[in-house]
Amino acid sequence: MSTATTSPSVDHQAATLKTLASIFGDGVYSATRFRDNLRLYVPPSRLIDLLTALRDQCGYALLSEVGGTDYLGYPGRTRSRFEVHYVVRNLDTAATVVVKAGVDDPDPTLPSAVPLWEGANWMEREVFDMFGIRFEGHPDLRRILMPEEFVAFPLRKDYPLRGRGERHNFPRLTRGES
Amino acid sequence: MALGSTPTPAGPAPSSGLIVTPSDAPEVPENVFMTTLDSVVNWCRKYSLWPMPFATACCGIELMAVGASRFDLARFGAEVMRFSPRQCDLMIVAGRVAMKMMPVLQRIWLQMPEPKWCISMGACASTGGIFDTYAVVQGVDRFIPVDVYIPGCPPRPEQILRAVMDIQAKVQKGGTFAGNQGLPELRERERYMIEHRDVPPGRSIAAERGDEDRFGYRLPGGPSKLGLEDTR
Repeated sequence: MSTATTSPSVDHQAATLKTLASIFGDGVYSATRFRDNLRLYVPPSRLIDLLTALRDQCGYALLSEVGGTDYLGYPGRTRSRFEVHYVVRNLDTAATVVVKAGVDDPDPTLPSAVPLWEGANWMEREVFDMFGIRFEGHPDLRRILMPEEFVAFPLRKDYPLRGRGERHNFPRLTRGES
Repeated sequence: MALGSTPTPAGPAPSSGLIVTPSDAPEVPENVFMTTLDSVVNWCRKYSLWPMPFATACCGIELMAVGASRFDLARFGAEVMRFSPRQCDLMIVAGRVAMKMMPVLQRIWLQMPEPKWCISMGACASTGGIFDTYAVVQGVDRFIPVDVYIPGCPPRPEQILRAVMDIQAKVQKGGTFAGNQGLPELRERERYMIEHRDVPPGRSIAAERGDEDRFGYRLPGGPSKLGLEDTR
């Protein structure tokens, strides 16, 4: 049962890697595997090229997730502080590829994927809201979860869990005046 | 002494046939009761509370159960849940209040006409509960007046009925027909809160409660390492 389900996906991933190698050659991305995940690390300058190739040449038509990670203080970490991952999915073969791009302080910036997928709009806004990673070319890069007047990026590791007093920053209404 | 019956004249039996009604026992007809206007108005108010269900989380489900047939909030005259604050006089904050929601809650509270009361329902609304994070307000009583707190996560429906009964007792006890200034014993605290309005956020609350550091919580490992400038 397990071989029946895993072997096609491995085949799809191998086919994807083959197609990508014919497009990009060596040195653009590095591929690793963990269980049934295929992960491609790519520098930010070639991120859009790789995503475009995955969408147009390899059939990964759906961007199912964009997320961020802050590796500040992560043991043994030598690469960049932030990492943004894009999970793309081929709707015909149900294969999944994770594309990861690292960015670093100060002013972490990545090219936006909104020209490729409209659905990246809100997901990139969420990554911006939580991590402060800007997406160049995003049509409407505003906060999406936190209030407009919020200044910090709460999922960064150097932001305290209990905040910096924002949750107490409201006027107090008393019985006498309300 | 039964009112309305033949008044008993004070002193020895009158010999002259003149019936004298003493001033401390005035003659009152049958089925007539004497009371104060405030008392009558409060009596009317306490049996016609119209709740504003500010339900943001699972406490709201329990609140719905209270309104339904098994627990039947209508027995206490408080079954008319209104979703417009203009028509309500009892706010029930059921569930956690995120910092993005707090201005909304305050606005709804201000939109409710006087007299009005507030129940903080459940651990999250009262203290923040398990959500001790940057995004969740650590108790709505920091920013709006609260009359009755309900513990529990979520509370049983019986506790909500109990809270409504407490509110009714409070309505009967405090307030005048012209408004609701709260109970006299709480006015001291109100004055304290007005005086401490301009203290930087997070500090007056810590001083007031006496058990918190500047993050609004006593950390198990002592105060946080961050400097004062990080706390704004």
